[in-house]
Amino acid sequence: MATKNMETLSPEALALYGTPTKAKLIEQLVFWGFRVGTYFVLACAASIFIDIFYKGGQTVFQSEYPFINVEFLTGSPQTLHVFEFEGASYEMSDSAFRVFKEEAGVSIVSDTYAYSGGGIWPCIVGTLLLVIGSMVIALTLGVLSAIFLSEYSRPGRVLNAVRLSILNLAGVPSIVFGIFGMGLFVLAFGWNVSLIAGWFTLAFMVLPIVISASEESMRAIPQGLRDGSLALGASKWTAIRTNVLPYAMPGILTSSIIGVGRVAGETAPIMFTAAYALRDHLPWQGLEHWYDFFFQGVMALPYHIYVVSMKIPQNEYTSRMQYGTAFVFLFIVAGITLVSILLRIRMRKKYRW
Amino acid sequence: MSLVTDKIISKPKIETRDLGLEMTENNRSLIEISNFDFFYGEKQALFDVSMDIKEREVTAFIGPSGCGKSTLLRCINRMNDLIEVARIGSGKITVNGVDIYDDRVDTIELRKRVGMVFQKSNPFPKSIYENVVYGLRIQGITRKSKLDEAVERCLKGAALWEEVKDRLDTSGLSLSGGQQQRLCIARALAVEPDILLMDEPCSALDPVATAKVEELIHTLKDRYTIVIVTHNMQQAARVSDRTAFFYLGKLIEMNATDQIFMSPDREQTEAYISGRFG
Repeated sequence: MATKNMETLSPEALALYGTPTKAKLIEQLVFWGFRVGTYFVLACAASIFIDIFYKGGQTVFQSEYPFINVEFLTGSPQTLHVFEFEGASYEMSDSAFRVFKEEAGVSIVSDTYAYSGGGIWPCIVGTLLLVIGSMVIALTLGVLSAIFLSEYSRPGRVLNAVRLSILNLAGVPSIVFGIFGMGLFVLAFGWNVSLIAGWFTLAFMVLPIVISASEESMRAIPQGLRDGSLALGASKWTAIRTNVLPYAMPGILTSSIIGVGRVAGETAPIMFTAAYALRDHLPWQGLEHWYDFFFQGVMALPYHIYVVSMKIPQNEYTSRMQYGTAFVFLFIVAGITLVSILLRIRMRKKYRW
Repeated sequence: MSLVTDKIISKPKIETRDLGLEMTENNRSLIEISNFDFFYGEKQALFDVSMDIKEREVTAFIGPSGCGKSTLLRCINRMNDLIEVARIGSGKITVNGVDIYDDRVDTIELRKRVGMVFQKSNPFPKSIYENVVYGLRIQGITRKSKLDEAVERCLKGAALWEEVKDRLDTSGLSLSGGQQQRLCIARALAVEPDILLMDEPCSALDPVATAKVEELIHTLKDRYTIVIVTHNMQQAARVSDRTAFFYLGKLIEMNATDQIFMSPDREQTEAYISGRFG
């Protein structure tokens, strides 16, 4: 019907249907440019995730009951022994191998592969401890300074300088934070390679993110809420505590989600400050005093991936370990992020404005 | 607590009705402003303003935008302290005989005595109940019975009780514009001020809601001294006992409202109220 009508239309009316012009062509091209760019990013992310899920899944999951490789998740890293005994071939982690040898009563010659047996439990624990501790420090310091910057400070040169340095801090490479942490906390303060040194180093690294996002969310709170409470006889701090902070909290948490990902993932800052390549004790084992807890190094997932990939000879057994660790690592970061998002949603519901 | 604030607190509450007195010209001055100059940075916003505001009367400030009426209002409870560049030139404001810009005056105590309702209604994103008791909670009052009593009394005082009594735990933001403004008034009443400052309280309200707030102002003046800034001259005529006309930061004329609207002394006042400028 449309075509039939078109024949009877005047040229002016036909012009409304449009003809391909240069501008339209460019429009199409640009649109495709955007689309291809987006799909390219998507493809990269997908290929990384699929690779890790596929190969890592083979380490973490297994075909027989209980379907999850419990030893991998709950054991410590060990040397893997690969050997043949009475016609059958075996792969065993060090501790199992010793028991096996004991029972067999003969000496068995095996090929050994460092770090390729056992599990990554100490790394999981270490990463969780590092994330929790450093986020507590970063949020405390970050929110305090954001309150100062957005509510108390007077605009001027000093404030500009503070803002500029925070911005610059955000651009500092993580390895610099690592060296700085080693210099200040590990050596100068004498904390040695320890949880607490790692906490502060990581906290300083994410501080700029936390500060600027917290300040942003506090500025977004309408002035009317502050005025309203001041006019009712609230002190400035009371007004902030009751009518600014609660409503800024969802925004602050959103910013900390980005921080969590960085804290959990960075290797460089903890390399010299908190991470051990191998440690037999779990953090709560063998403590003489309660405060020794803070002054011990831990294993961590990103550092473990680094050690297994860079520090030992590569072979099929180590790559299993690497992919398995990466899989668990992604899973944990996703888990922590999910918890923060749920927390944020709950807060948003409670404090809607 | 300083001597000065004690003086503010210990104001004797004289119930005019109890004493059988009528509202008369003889009402004493509660707020006295004398030769008051005020600056925003280099720009002078108020020039040599002097006036007396009588107890238990409604005083209206009128004038074109930027004439300094809101500025003066915000000086009375020192909300202008929050503005970086704001400063006083000379002159003083006394409330109940106390120079409120004296260094020893506690602004927190002052603002409890001198409540404020803002142009844009600003209920907190809390429940209606929590909005009303906010001023009490920050004073550390936690007794449920006392808070419950205050909620009912203040919401009744603000003519809102009947509309919200069944949903006190819903958010204050769920109310209509007019209800929100009355909630803000209820909130201000909860801290039991002597003076209520209202900064264009009806400018964002429709005529019906405005009428309700005006009615409320009428009933409130039995117990409170009210200063209202308005750009609506009919409103000033309807609600106020006295009217002050400001122009370019100067107080041009202040008199009984009838007097101002029927036969103003000054030509500028007449020009403004007859709509020739402003």
